[in-house]
Amino acid sequence: MAASTTVASNTPRPALPARSVWRRILSGDSLAYSVTFAAAAMILLVTGILVWELYSNSQASRAKFGWNFLFTSTWDPVADQFGALPFIYGTVVTSALALCIGIPLGVGAAIFLAELAPPRISDALTFLIELLAAVPSVIYGLLGIFVLVPILRQVEPAIRAVLGWTPLFQGPFYGVSLFAAGVVLAVMIIPFIISISREVILAVPSDQREAALALGATRWESTWDVVVPYARNGIMGSIFLALARSLGETMAVTMVIGNDPKIKASLFAPGYSIAAVVANEFTEATGDMYISALIELGLVLFALTIVINGLARLLVARRNMA
Amino acid sequence: MSPSLHLLRRKAVNIVMLTLTGLCTLIAAGTLVFILGYLFIHGAKSLSWNFFTQLPTPVGETGGGMANAIVGSAKLLLIASLVGVPIGFLGGVYLAEFGGSKFSFVVRYVTDLLNGVPSIVIGIFAYTVIVLPQRHFSTLAGGLALGVMMIPIAVRSSEEFLRAVPVSLREGAMALGASKSQAILTVVIPAAKNGIITGIMLNLARVAGETAPLLFTSFSNRYWSPGWEQPIAALPVMIFTYAISPYEDWHEQAWSAGFVLLTLVLMVNIAARLLLSKRKHVAR
Amino acid sequence: MSPAKPMPASAQQAPEPDMAPPSVNMAASGEPNLAAESATKISATDLNFHYGSFQALHGISMKIFENRVTACIGPSGCGKSTFLRTLNRMNETVRHSRVEGEILLDGQNLHSFEVSEVRRRVGMVFQRSNPFPKSIFDNVAYGLRINGVPGGGSPSRGELRDAVEHSLRRAALWDEVKDKLHQSAYSLSGGQQQRLCIARALAVNPEVLLLDEPCSALDPIATTKIEDLIFHLKSSCTIVIVTHNMQQAARVADYTGFFLLGRLIEFDETPLIFKNPAQKETEDYVTGRFG
Repeated sequence: MAASTTVASNTPRPALPARSVWRRILSGDSLAYSVTFAAAAMILLVTGILVWELYSNSQASRAKFGWNFLFTSTWDPVADQFGALPFIYGTVVTSALALCIGIPLGVGAAIFLAELAPPRISDALTFLIELLAAVPSVIYGLLGIFVLVPILRQVEPAIRAVLGWTPLFQGPFYGVSLFAAGVVLAVMIIPFIISISREVILAVPSDQREAALALGATRWESTWDVVVPYARNGIMGSIFLALARSLGETMAVTMVIGNDPKIKASLFAPGYSIAAVVANEFTEATGDMYISALIELGLVLFALTIVINGLARLLVARRNMA
Repeated sequence: MSPSLHLLRRKAVNIVMLTLTGLCTLIAAGTLVFILGYLFIHGAKSLSWNFFTQLPTPVGETGGGMANAIVGSAKLLLIASLVGVPIGFLGGVYLAEFGGSKFSFVVRYVTDLLNGVPSIVIGIFAYTVIVLPQRHFSTLAGGLALGVMMIPIAVRSSEEFLRAVPVSLREGAMALGASKSQAILTVVIPAAKNGIITGIMLNLARVAGETAPLLFTSFSNRYWSPGWEQPIAALPVMIFTYAISPYEDWHEQAWSAGFVLLTLVLMVNIAARLLLSKRKHVAR
Repeated sequence: MSPAKPMPASAQQAPEPDMAPPSVNMAASGEPNLAAESATKISATDLNFHYGSFQALHGISMKIFENRVTACIGPSGCGKSTFLRTLNRMNETVRHSRVEGEILLDGQNLHSFEVSEVRRRVGMVFQRSNPFPKSIFDNVAYGLRINGVPGGGSPSRGELRDAVEHSLRRAALWDEVKDKLHQSAYSLSGGQQQRLCIARALAVNPEVLLLDEPCSALDPIATTKIEDLIFHLKSSCTIVIVTHNMQQAARVADYTGFFLLGRLIEFDETPLIFKNPAQKETEDYVTGRFG
C-alpha cells in the first residue's frame, strides 16, 4: 500500500490500471519494497522476541519474588532464594565511580581538543582516542587484572592516607574491588565522552565565542560561560550514553570486581555487578528457578539501559533541533 | 594605570584551567599509548608460531596454541554475517529509499534501542531461543547472538551511505527510464558500495571482540568443533578463561591472544577510518 | 590567551613608509581635508594583515574621530570587515593570522594593552545577531559580570540591575523588554535581538563601538531603528560601522572610507565621498557602476 505512494509519480495514467500494476511487478518495484520491508519488519520482530523471551523466561522468578527481587540481598542458589540488590548496588556504584572519574577527564579533554588544540593535533589525538573505543572489553579486563590491579595495590596506601577517614576507603584491599572495576569502566567510557562532546562543542556556532571574546572575556571565560552551556545538552547526552554502556559492561568488570555478592560501603571491598553475575553463573546454573532469576537480572539490566539510552537520545536530539 | 587585581585573577584562572584541560587530554591519550604499548610489547613477546597451529594442551602441560579458537571465531563471524548483514543491509535500504513513514520512524527507534541492549542480554536471548530448546551449546547459538548484535549498526551505516548518494544520480537513472528498484540496484547501491562494505568490516571488527554473549551460547571447546551444532572456542572467550585461570603459562597465552585480537581489530579500524575520511574529502 | 600570536605591531611599525601603494597615498593618508574639530580616537598606520599566505589588508592608514560615526564601504571581500576586526584585536582569534603596522588607541599602542582591556574599551556588534542562550538580563549583564566594576570585584545586584536597565535604554530596547527580562533572548524578534547585542556591548561602557554590517539581516523598519540608535549613541561613543549599503553609510556616517581589494582607496567626509569623490574607483562604486 505504501508502495503505491512511493512509485505513484512515475506510473502512467489510471486508464490502464491492470497494465500498470503488471509493469510495476515486472520492473521489480513491489518486490524490492516487499523484501526490504520484510527486513525492516524483521528487526522489530527480533527485538520483540528478545523482550518477550526475557519476560516469559523470568516468569518463575517474578512470580515467586515479585518486586522483592529488587530489594532483597540474599543470593542463595541452594535454598532457591534470589535477591538482586547486591548486584544492582555493585552496578550502580561502579558506574557512578566511572562517571566521577570519566566526566571531568572526558569533558576536559573534549574542551581542549575542540577549543584549544590546533586542528591537526586535535584530529590526530581524536583519531587515537576513538581507537580506544574499539578495543574489545575482554582486553580491558586482561589489562585490568594484570596491570591495573597491581598498580592499585601500589597506590592503595596513598589513597588510604588521604581519603582513609571516609567510609568509602576502609577495610582490607586485595586489588580486585569495586574501585578497580570503576577505574576500568572510567577508562572505557572516556573515549565515548570525548568523541561525542568534542563534536558537540565544535558544532557551537563561532559567533557565540566571538560575542564573549568581544566583550573582553578570556579564552577560558568564553569557553566555560558560553560555549559549554550552549553545548550542555549534547554533553549530557554523551554522558548518558557512556553511563548506559558502563551499566551493561560485562567482561572487564567481571574480571576485576571480585565477584562477591555483598553490599559494603567501602570501594576497596570486592563486589558484584548484574552483568558479571549473569556471565559467571549462567552456565553453572542448575534448576529452573536459578536460571529464571538470572534471566530476570537480564531483564532488569535491559530496562535500566533502555531508560538511560532513551534519556541520552532525547538530549542529543533536542540539541539538533535547537 | 596598573592592571587591576581582578584582571590578574581572571588571567590566572584562564591559564590554570586551560592547562588542566590539556592535562586531561594528556591523561586520556597517555592511557591509550600505555594500553597499546603494554599489550604489544607483552603480547608479542609470548607469541609463537604454535599459537596459530596447535590445539590447547591439557591442563598442566605447557605449550600448545589456539588454532581452534581462531577458526572458531571465523566460523562464528561467518554465521553472524549471514544473520546480521542481510537484515541490516536490506533494513537500511528500506529506511533510505522507502522511508519517511511512521513505520520507518518506529524501525529507526527500535534499531537504536537494540543498539543499546547490553551484549550479555543478547546472549541471554540466543540462549533462550536456541540453547534452551536444543539443550546444548552450539556454534549456531553463538553466531546468532553476534548476528543480532550486528543488525543495528549495519542498518545505520547502510542507511547513511545510501543517503549520501546524491539525488541527482537517482534522478539521472530514472530519467533514462529506470524504475525505482532498477535505479537503486544499478546506480545507488554501487555508488554506496565501498562505504557499506567498510561499515560491515567495522561492524565485524566490533563483534569479533565480543565475549559476553558467547559465554553461554557457543560456550567453549578445547578441541576442533566440526559442523555447527557443537560448542566452539572463540578467541575472546579464550582470553577470558585463560586470564582468570591460575596458571602462569595460560596467562602468557592470554596475552598472545589479546595481542592477535587487538591487532586485527585495530587494523580493520584504522584502515576503515582512513578510507572513510578520504572519501569524505573527495565528497567535499 | 589567544593561541594565534601576532607580532606586537610596535616591533615592526611602519617598516618602509614609502612602500605604500601610490593609489592610497593620495587621499587615504589618514589626513583627508577634514576640518578636524574632533580628537583622534583611533589611528591606524600602514596596517597590513595576513591570513596565512593571503594578505587581506595592504597598508591601511586611517583615523577614527571621537564621537563621530565612521563608515567603511566597499564590495564584499574588500577587507572592510577585516579592518574592523583589527581594531579590537578580534582577528587574533584566527589561526595563522598576522598583523603589521600600528594602531593607536588614545595615542597608545593597541598591543600594549591586555587584550581583554582592549575589547572592553572597543566593543563590537556582529553581522548576525548572536545573543547567548540565556535570559535577556543575563545577556546584558554578562560583560559586567566577567569584567567586574572599575574598582575591581564583582558588581552588586543593584549595580547590575541599574547597569542593565541603563544599557537597554541606551539601545532603545528597554520599553519593549522591561516586563520580560528573565525570558530567553531567543524570544525576541531579529531586530530586537540585534539591539540586545548592542545593549550587551554598551553595558561595559565601551569608548568605541564597532558595528559589522549590523543591519544586513534585518528588515527596513528594524534597520531604521538601529540607524536612529547610531545617531543617538554617537554623543557618548565613537562608532565605526561596516556596511554594504551605501545609502546607510550616507545616512548615518560623518566620515566614510572606501575599501577595494584590501586597500583603502579613499577616506573623507561622507558628503564628499558620495558627491565628489577624488578617485575614479570610488566614483564607479558609489554610482553603482560595479560591486
